[in-house]
Amino acid sequence: MTGTDTTTGAPESVGVAAAAQAVAAVGVDAYPRIVATLIRLTGDWALAEDCAQEALAVALERWPDDGVPANPGGWLLTVARNRAIDVLRRAAVERRKLHELAVLAPDDAWPETPTGEAVVDDRLRLIFTCCHPALAIEARVALTLRTVCGVPTADIARLLLVSESTMTRRLTRARTRIAQAGIPYRVPSGPALAERLPGVLAVLYLLFTRGYVVDGEPAFADEAVRLARLLDRLMPEQSEIAALLALLLFQHSRRDARRDAAGNLLTLDRQDRARWDRAAIAEGQAALARVRDDGPYAWQARIAACHAIAPSADDTDWPAIARAYDALVDIRPSPVIALNRAVAHGYAYGPSAGLGLLDAAQAGGGLDGNPLAVAVRADLVARQGDRPRAAALFREAAEMAGSAGERRALLDRAADLAG
Amino acid sequence: MKFMMFVCTDTAPDTDPTELPDIHKWVAENDSRGRRLTGNVLAPTSAATLVRVRDGELLVSEGPFAETTEVIVGFDLLDCADLDEAIEVARTHPMAREGRLELRPYADLSA
Repeated sequence: MTGTDTTTGAPESVGVAAAAQAVAAVGVDAYPRIVATLIRLTGDWALAEDCAQEALAVALERWPDDGVPANPGGWLLTVARNRAIDVLRRAAVERRKLHELAVLAPDDAWPETPTGEAVVDDRLRLIFTCCHPALAIEARVALTLRTVCGVPTADIARLLLVSESTMTRRLTRARTRIAQAGIPYRVPSGPALAERLPGVLAVLYLLFTRGYVVDGEPAFADEAVRLARLLDRLMPEQSEIAALLALLLFQHSRRDARRDAAGNLLTLDRQDRARWDRAAIAEGQAALARVRDDGPYAWQARIAACHAIAPSADDTDWPAIARAYDALVDIRPSPVIALNRAVAHGYAYGPSAGLGLLDAAQAGGGLDGNPLAVAVRADLVARQGDRPRAAALFREAAEMAGSAGERRALLDRAADLAG
Repeated sequence: MKFMMFVCTDTAPDTDPTELPDIHKWVAENDSRGRRLTGNVLAPTSAATLVRVRDGELLVSEGPFAETTEVIVGFDLLDCADLDEAIEVARTHPMAREGRLELRPYADLSA
């Protein structure tokens, strides 16, 4: 592990493995920063991504022999910028773009401190442009993963369940649309920011949940967390961002405990809490402490925090969770939130309280055919002591279950009650 | 950039009972700021005429391009910095609530 931080003298030869490691370490951060800067200067998304990719490839070739440069990010940006100048010169395009690229001094554009205004603006611009509501939601997610996170197209295709060539076409179409439809490369200001930010946060949350839906792929959830951290660092005064970051960290802290050895999902009460990521929980609590508003992410984060800090399922602060669901159902009414609220009240104030709220939640019809609603009823009825009826309800829920694993888990519950 | 804003009807208009924006004010304001270059209301689709030439033969027929319940009833030609500015102009048009507006930029043929 020789120096990614070589600061004096001539860099030494570091070997292929160490150089590859250095490129990987720097690339995660450098790729989107280079893309963001080159898009601002050239307005050409495909060119910016190609040149960033190429700079990483050149580094892989040269760093084993030449050593890792003192300012790897600046080095990569210089290579990418020169490549862009080359391409633009050959295409003999706009003199203005070429001029801007040529006068950009890499060290100015790549401050060692993360607070450099230009770079910060570029990355924020990139996020808001990728998440513009004039793009289809799938395009927003794909473009954010590709351009802001630097995730390879093949991996995005796998996550979104399409072929790689389809994903390549979709990304190309999205980049073209940004130019043709006149979508600005800009962070909106004033009231427009308040209107646009929830959309950006929704893309991050979708990205996070997709990461878990598709066979528990944590790499994408990692990307969502990384992006939420970045956004929080760039706009620390935005309370909803801190709330979303906290929510993601609490949920992500359970990633290693969510499944049993066979890969089946485990409910909270059956997870081994020793395997929860304490550092992530602490970071989530610190983020939550900065939350000043009562938006939907704030309440969800507070609920997640109650679970994360409880020493055991029995020692969970259910009244606090029930109060949070009361607030959440007011600002964002939905059948699923109403269902969760019934569960929380059931644990906080007894099964009858839960069943009353469950009846009300199901009256709307939004939970028809939902196996979870039936399973919740089964659980509440079991805790009232009516084991045969609870077992029958668990079997009914199993009939409706969407996956084999879910069905098995529900049938196990029914068997436990009958036995 | 220039946006053609198609003003269309919609079968499901906004149900908000508050008063609609005043179209005359909208026109005056956007004209004075140079964001609206021209615009007009179109005669009903019953006045539409279709023109085609096929195999050298002129074909003229009565009626709009497509028989739909939602139709273009007018247009405005906007000159805005980008899509976000055009959206801001469109959101204050009364037909954003009564119908729907389509923002279509002029194609960039230089690229």
